[in-house]
Amino acid sequence: MSSKNIFATLAGIVAVGAIIGILAPLLQYLGNPGNMGICVACFERDIAGAIGIHRAAVVQYLRPEILGFVLGALAAGLIFKEFKPSGGSAPMTRFVLGMVAMIGALVFLGCPWRAALRLAGGDGNAVLGLLGLVAGVYIGTLFFRKGYNLGRSYKQSIATGLMLPGIMLGLLALRLIFPPLEGEDKSGILFYSLSGPGAAYAPLAIALAIGLGVGFLAQRSRFCTMGAIRDFILFRQTHLLAGFLALVVAAFVVNLALGQFNPGFEDQPVAHNLFFWNFFGMLVAGLAFALAGGCPGRQLFMSGEGNSDAAVFVLGMIMGAALAHNWGLASSPAGLGDNGALAAIIGLAVCLAIGFANLKRT
Amino acid sequence: MAHKVDARGLSCPQPVLLTTEAIKNTGQSEIEILVDNQASRENVGRAAESQGYQVAVSEEMDEDFRIVIRKK
Repeated sequence: MSSKNIFATLAGIVAVGAIIGILAPLLQYLGNPGNMGICVACFERDIAGAIGIHRAAVVQYLRPEILGFVLGALAAGLIFKEFKPSGGSAPMTRFVLGMVAMIGALVFLGCPWRAALRLAGGDGNAVLGLLGLVAGVYIGTLFFRKGYNLGRSYKQSIATGLMLPGIMLGLLALRLIFPPLEGEDKSGILFYSLSGPGAAYAPLAIALAIGLGVGFLAQRSRFCTMGAIRDFILFRQTHLLAGFLALVVAAFVVNLALGQFNPGFEDQPVAHNLFFWNFFGMLVAGLAFALAGGCPGRQLFMSGEGNSDAAVFVLGMIMGAALAHNWGLASSPAGLGDNGALAAIIGLAVCLAIGFANLKRT
Repeated sequence: MAHKVDARGLSCPQPVLLTTEAIKNTGQSEIEILVDNQASRENVGRAAESQGYQVAVSEEMDEDFRIVIRKK
């Protein structure tokens, strides 16, 4: 192969997975919530709270990691000439899949990244979440085998490709202009948490630097937690899976070293132990990620490459987070939200409908 | 004439899926695949190698990439 991309090798993807696995528990050590060094779903949800589109007081913080993911991937894309604005592959369907993915993830309380970090921190409930993820992705592969396809994307203007990175830059500017104020739940137009996960965060500079670094490396290596499972089921390929496993192993070792490994099912940080709903929430999210072609992290990295379809998925997730907290769909350590079970079931039905409606041959 | 697969504009895992289907269904010793991004180019190459093919050509064509794989 004439590819010069060292991160596209097996060693490359394993290295990137391991680096994420080291940095995420470190972020926890430096202030991020328990077993939530990096959680794309949770952090997008916190951003939704920070800008006030939901008002759950404990989950409001403009997470710099997410901004860094997009901007780091943008930087890598520009440097390596992989910033190629594209879009037009069923954007509205991707928006809805993003909403459903977020609602499912918030029933479990985490995205695939956090499921891995929860496991690496000893949270046994994560096993149910990961099994649900595998089941959801497996259902997705059945659709792929039957010809599921959201259609082609087409070249877009540079300006269009820069829309989501631009929004992220704007959010970063807001975070700098309106920093958290001691004892205040609002700074300028941004909302902050005074307690709960939203009040737990690593210093801005470190969180942003790690976000940028991970965004850069993940763009180069195509790191994707959903793809890891999908490619193994569909093609028996272990390339991406090796990266995902490297993340789990590295995070486990770092958690042990930092005294952050606490095995058990009870009283795990920002988690509940309803086995079925941990499984089912992640099944719904996993299916939505599979149908949309990437885990929530990968959608951010592709957005940085100028992929508007991925960007629309990201916005769908943020909208899903707002609904999840406004309508009592999100779980909490106390258990399911009032309407969480129903929302997850509807989410599955929506995914199945999208799957069946898009069976075609190219 | 090599069998052609046009996977431009298709998102993961379609390019690889179309490639492996072409390998299975046509059995041709030479297959040409068009993709529009570097990640798909890498994925198709990786998949081909795992199916007993080798990447004979992998070149940039304007905004796209042209890959030719041959049975080893």
